Order: sequence, then C-alpha cells, then structure tokens
Amino acid sequence: MIDHKFIGYRQAPFEAEVEKGRLRLFAKAIGETDPIYSDEAAAHAAGHSSLPVPPTFFFCLEMERADPYDWFTDLGIPLGQVLHGEQSFTYHRTAYAGETLTFRAELLDIYEKKNGALQFLVQRNFVTDAKNQPVAEFDRTIVIRWA
Amino acid sequence: MNTLSLPKFDAVSVGDELPPLVMPPVTRHTLAIYCGASGDHNPVHVDSDFAKASGLDDVIAHGMLIMAYSGRVLTRWLPQSAIRQFQTRFMAMTRIGDAITARAKVIEKREHNGERCVVVEISTSNQHGEVKTTGSALLVLK
Repeated sequence: MIDHKFIGYRQAPFEAEVEKGRLRLFAKAIGETDPIYSDEAAAHAAGHSSLPVPPTFFFCLEMERADPYDWFTDLGIPLGQVLHGEQSFTYHRTAYAGETLTFRAELLDIYEKKNGALQFLVQRNFVTDAKNQPVAEFDRTIVIRWA
Repeated sequence: MNTLSLPKFDAVSVGDELPPLVMPPVTRHTLAIYCGASGDHNPVHVDSDFAKASGLDDVIAHGMLIMAYSGRVLTRWLPQSAIRQFQTRFMAMTRIGDAITARAKVIEKREHNGERCVVVEISTSNQHGEVKTTGSALLVLK
C-alpha cells in the first residue's frame, strides 16, 4: 500500500521542447489524417503559427523526463500492477511546435476501494509557457492492483 | 484544403451525434509506434513476456491511444482551440485485434465563463460492443 503521507508529493519541474518530428510521429501513431497536425504549410493555411500540440499530447511531453516512472520508484509503485483509471485535461490555449513548456506535477489524492485491493492515486500536472502563463492542466488517475 | 470552422451554437441540438471515428484493429505494430511516439515506454504495452509476468494474457494498448482516438472525434468536428475540458475514464483494457470506434453526442448546452458551450459525451467500444472508455468534453461554439 502507498502511504497517504505522499499526498502533496511534488516532482521537480520539468521542461520539454515541442518538436515537429515528434508531433508528426504522434500523428502517424494515432492515425491522424488532418494535415494541420503533420504539415506545417497546412497548419499555417488554417491560421496556426506552427503544428499544434494535439489534445492528449501534453501527457506525452511529460513522459520525456529522463525516467517518467521515477516517482513510481520513489513511492514504491509496482509498474506491472498499474492501470490508467482516468485522465482529464483543461486547456487555456493551443500550444505549438517550437515552444518550451514547463510541467509541475503534484500528487493530489490517494484513496482505496475494495478494502484496499485497489488503490487510486491522482496526479495533477500544471503546464506553463516560457512567460510562465498557464497553457493546460491535466490529471492522471492511476489504479494499483494489489490483489 | 478544408479548414474547420466553429459550429454555431444555435444550430446544434442536444442529442446531435458527431461523425464517429472508425479505426482499424489494434496490432502490435500500432502499439510499437505509439510507444515511441508517445514516450510511454511501459513494457506492458509492447513486451508480451513482461505482460504475462504481470498477470495479463498479452500486451494491452495504452489507454492514452484510445483517448487520442476520442480526441480525434472532437478535432474532426471543430478546431481544437474550442476544447476547454476533455476527460476520459478507462473502463476496459484494449487488446490486440480490438477495432475501436469512437462516438460522441451532444448532451447539454450551457454557458461556461461567459462562453456558449456544449457538453459532449464520448465513448469508445470494440467490434463486439465492449465499452473501452467513457468520457466527456466541454466545447465552445460560436
């Protein structure tokens, strides 16, 4: 069981650069057919300054940390017993290729169901831009199967 | 080229369905490419030995791949700058061979922070009708 003392646990802020090549590969990976997500000329024609960061990609940028599961190790979370329970995003503006975004993660909550057989951890990431203005927040709820 | 414009609030009704997104079956290749593209290298998605040692029959898809399919239903309907909130609950694991269809339907029209919005309910399911995710999004219309 993960101790509730870890509620409020914060990771060191992390900066990620949004790269066009990564966005193109991501577009391919999700079967994206709209050219604004892979062709900069098409993005410009649609009024975008560059390739837009698609709605779920903030989650992926945060995974660029040297070890995206380092906090699992710190808290003793067994990777093979983890499921993704819920995910939510709140958007303040569209982000674009070429930007450097900062991610600040905080563990919001820990709770149990089924007499502790399942444990739920809710982590929130705050995403800000180079001017420290908010771009998005996203919450990840993971489920640990202890039994 | 076709540039999406924002649907008009008055032209949208509760119960309206967005065009569904029908995806081909998930393969190991799908998951390998998503593994690299997403940066989520959790071996449970690409290494069947690891998946079996973790008590699963085989590798399972990244939940975020299925959420990305849900997102595509939204961004095919309106520019993504219209999305204020987007959430997904993962209901069942997606396995090799699952062909995912993502559907969305308008369930509410309301004001949010002075903007005219609709709430859409989004779900994904496989070819057998097994629900993989449920969720919703708050979208600003014109």
